[in-house]
Amino acid sequence: MPTNFMPSTEEYFRILPELILTLAGVLIMFLEALRKEGQKSNAGGVTLATLVAALIAAVMAGGSPGPAFHDMVFVDGFGTFFRILVLVVGLLTVLSSQSYLERHDAQIGEYYGLLLFSLVGQSLLCVSNELMMVFIGIEISSIASYIMAGFLRDDKRNNESALKYFLLGSFATAFLLYGVAWIYGITGTTNIDGIRQALLNNLPAVPLPAVGAAAALMLVGFAFKVSAVPFQAWAPDVYQGAPAPVSAFMSAGPKAAAFAVFTRVFLTAFGPIANRWEPILWIVALATMIVGNFAALTQTNIKRMLAYSSIAHAGYVLVAIVAHSEAGTAAVMFYLASYAFMNVGAFAAIVDYSRRNEKFVNISDLAGLGQKQPFTASMMTIYMLSLIGVPLTAGFFGKFYIFKAALESDLIWLTVLGLLNSAVAAYYYLRILVVMWMHEPGEAAESAPEASFGVKAVLFGSALATLVLGILPSLVLDFANRSANIIK
Amino acid sequence: MLPLPPGVPTAVPVTYYLILSAILFVIGGAGFLYRKNIITVFMSIELMLNAVNLSFVAFAYKFNKADGHIYSFFVMVVAAAEAAVGLAIILTVFKNRQTLEIDDIDSMKL
Amino acid sequence: MPTSELEKYFPVLVMAVIAAVMAASLTILSSVLGKRSKSPQKDTPYECGMAPTGDARDRFSIKFYLVAMIFILLDIEAVFLYPWAVVYRQLKWFAFFEMLLFIALVLVGYFYIWKKGALDWAIPERPRKAGPKTGTNLYREAA
Repeated sequence: MPTNFMPSTEEYFRILPELILTLAGVLIMFLEALRKEGQKSNAGGVTLATLVAALIAAVMAGGSPGPAFHDMVFVDGFGTFFRILVLVVGLLTVLSSQSYLERHDAQIGEYYGLLLFSLVGQSLLCVSNELMMVFIGIEISSIASYIMAGFLRDDKRNNESALKYFLLGSFATAFLLYGVAWIYGITGTTNIDGIRQALLNNLPAVPLPAVGAAAALMLVGFAFKVSAVPFQAWAPDVYQGAPAPVSAFMSAGPKAAAFAVFTRVFLTAFGPIANRWEPILWIVALATMIVGNFAALTQTNIKRMLAYSSIAHAGYVLVAIVAHSEAGTAAVMFYLASYAFMNVGAFAAIVDYSRRNEKFVNISDLAGLGQKQPFTASMMTIYMLSLIGVPLTAGFFGKFYIFKAALESDLIWLTVLGLLNSAVAAYYYLRILVVMWMHEPGEAAESAPEASFGVKAVLFGSALATLVLGILPSLVLDFANRSANIIK
Repeated sequence: MLPLPPGVPTAVPVTYYLILSAILFVIGGAGFLYRKNIITVFMSIELMLNAVNLSFVAFAYKFNKADGHIYSFFVMVVAAAEAAVGLAIILTVFKNRQTLEIDDIDSMKL
Repeated sequence: MPTSELEKYFPVLVMAVIAAVMAASLTILSSVLGKRSKSPQKDTPYECGMAPTGDARDRFSIKFYLVAMIFILLDIEAVFLYPWAVVYRQLKWFAFFEMLLFIALVLVGYFYIWKKGALDWAIPERPRKAGPKTGTNLYREAA
């Protein structure tokens, strides 16, 4: 028995964000259970306060980096960056959810409790340094989001979305886990650094086919979670069917966390066998960009279109992972941050506009939004320009750093094909702008209610962040560059 | 247990467990892809998770370490939580549609 | 001295054969030697006890599923007590408080389902109320 078993105060400090989120989630369950029938739930306020506290804790924990709990968790700059990112996404989700939940008479307390639990998992994922922790983090995050995807349980599309997310998500987790089991069997450890050391030290003796197979199994699991081709089929159905605020959350939070751990595992643990997985990921990245962009061209439903666009953007991030360099890692971080803001904003714009039971979610329903609601339309314009990658927006620098990193790693063809892809993407984003500003107001725009305060705050905040990242990218990029070295 | 005669290995070799685990995993995966009833599909996923558990325990036995056993506990608990959520989702689907055939659940096509 | 794989498992084979022979012979013997009497009573699934009513393929009340799911969850959590009990003596108070925290978290979940009415078996099934769903009883909604 090791003598230093007792965790020190510092170690608890390093997982303080997760502790805060868990306790607050449990507290909300408690309050919800004690609430009298008809009494108003104040879970929204509790959740907001919790997220702010967790953000502060995450920043503070980032100030004293180091391992915790026998290397199960390792707090470093990379992890802290993603921790803050998922918490901010959580904050935006809370703000954009309140009006939606009230409009549908949903169980508000339960929703926020689940949101907090989901964030616990994502936050844990960002800093986990052990494949078993990765598994547990993914599951905490997913199980809560399965329920959120089908939160309005009398709605057919909600059910379907939850069912598909659940079945395919658990299927993917099984693959991931089987890969973990094999890695454990080959190297005798599940610690990410330990695996790297074991592979480096015995590289000639390592059974490469077996390690490759294990890495492939884990790749399948991660590819599902980040919706990369050929495992992207669930994303459109799930994002279309889920409540709009939940789609916003799922396309930004869990995805960022999954990418964080994907990057960490493949660059660190499987770094020594990079020549094996790089070609596969090269093809996956290209296929993901192509499928996402070309399928998005023909969509009529906004949520479905954004789902395909999120697949395409996952492809861009994969390009940065294939680059396999510090610049690439920094590009992953920067891109996911800017993507989170523009995507959450775009989904938030339709939260109130779609009305009860999401009646107006077609692109044609946006006709005349510019005339009737100039504020929402202008914010939407900023997100769309950023998603295209127009200069002065976050999306531009995101793509710029990704393709710069790719060129530095001599991925010339991937860069060329990726840039051609983003040109295709411009078409379907511009279509939304044309419908919003050029078309005469239709039934949807005529009867559109004023967006609620929370949604407006999200719209404004996301647009501001998109512009700030686009004008002063160094604010985030400097930090990303400093913490891009994740190999210990 | 009676002492075995000398020369007899005391246990089934670890490889056998791994092969069994791989077979179970493949059966689960095939069941997921080809079965049409949601409950059966869900059972296939559970079968895959249990196959993984078998691998973990076999490896832990080989290394003579406890961690693999503990991992399988974690997998079990997580699988139970997943099962509860999954069955609840399946129930709501059934309540809304009166069917559990996976091909009938397609209200969101192009 | 067993040498081949087959010989090592020979006892297992013997046992399987004996079991099969036993089962088969008992069934055959009783059908050959036994007296046969046919009556409606004989054709029921259970000869004594409650008379079966209705179809066996009836749908069950949702309550059974709810209780079963809750049972699985709380039941499985107990698995962590086993490794904990193994190292308890070495870790002393630290292990005690860690487990106390774990049990407390599980208990909050229990408290939640209890207060939400998932355990009230006897609540009569009422027609579902229209209106806001805040704080409604799970059974009334599920029924």
